[in-house]
Amino acid sequence: MTFEITLSDEVLALSARRSYIELNARARALQLLDDGTFHELLGPFDRVESPWLPMQGIVTQSDDGCVVAKGKIDGQPAVVIAMEGKFQGGSIGEVCGMKMAEAFRLARLDNEKGIPTRAVLSLESGGVRLQEANMGELVIAEIYAEMVALRKHTPLIVVITGPTGCFGGMSLAAGLASYVVMTRQARLSMNGPEVIELEAGKDEFVAADKPFVWSVNGGAQRFATDFADVLLEDDADAVTQAVTELFRKGQPAQLRTDKYELFIKRLKFLDPAKQWVAEDIRNAWKAVAK
Amino acid sequence: MEILNFEFPSSKVKARRAHVGVVGSGDLEILMEPSVDGETRVTIQTSVAGFVDTWKAVVERFLQQHPEAANIEIHDFGATPGTVALRLQQAVEVSKS
Repeated sequence: MTFEITLSDEVLALSARRSYIELNARARALQLLDDGTFHELLGPFDRVESPWLPMQGIVTQSDDGCVVAKGKIDGQPAVVIAMEGKFQGGSIGEVCGMKMAEAFRLARLDNEKGIPTRAVLSLESGGVRLQEANMGELVIAEIYAEMVALRKHTPLIVVITGPTGCFGGMSLAAGLASYVVMTRQARLSMNGPEVIELEAGKDEFVAADKPFVWSVNGGAQRFATDFADVLLEDDADAVTQAVTELFRKGQPAQLRTDKYELFIKRLKFLDPAKQWVAEDIRNAWKAVAK
Repeated sequence: MEILNFEFPSSKVKARRAHVGVVGSGDLEILMEPSVDGETRVTIQTSVAGFVDTWKAVVERFLQQHPEAANIEIHDFGATPGTVALRLQQAVEVSKS
């Protein structure tokens, strides 16, 4: 007896695609950089690990969950910083946060020396690492300062694909980027769903309701409401291509952080007494477009 | 968390460097480097205490098949013995590629 299986074009297209979401942080940096140009800074064998986690009985990772790699993108010098979401939820501790801030600083110094260096930040992060809270918060401030300084010289691109998503302090870092690239699977939000439910109750937010959560902070909604610039399928080559095209395009006409007056107007348009759903927010954003 | 240290005599052939895995739930990270003095040293940080005999058995089985002199550092986040064995095997494959 023989079986014949006919696959739809959709399924065939899906199976031909390489997932970006399934790549670990190092593989993501390799994916974004031109072939053969990947050079890792403070890699696993340098063993710059968190000194704080073992004191609290927590296993460390040799790169503290942050991969910093120099190389080239589209033939131009570039640095890629990729967070590993599987290690401690991609949380920002002293070491990995400082790696990130220093990478931005070195890229800025190169730019100031006349070496145009691009920067991509691939984020999977729950925000600051609670076990290193104060150091984490301080280093996040350094990250912001360096991002603001660097984006004067080069577009700074944030890529958020999931599965962890981007929350807390790193969601604000995404806000500072010149461009944000997202997939539908990615989530971007200041407070995570569980945190909102815990603080404001189930009337406000049901963290277990996945369609609801994604409708509020998923990639499609974030793209529709101007928090992301590119919405992609989960395709590794498409991510590389999107990043390359954004660098070719150069600086955006207006940075997201310079659009604060528009965002304030939109927030004023929302009546906080009413329970808003994703569609209402999209409509409000359209109603207040200038 | 528990920290375990094992030492074994090994062959004169030196292992090559490899890094595999991630310190995520049910997984582990392995750093393998050549050892210069003919001893193989295995250092394990594990989030699950009380499995010293299991670790010893998994590591001994691996070293019977791969007696190259190595310093092996393991950061474990609750991987099963099967996952540990596969990651060790992967480290050998990566070191040869």
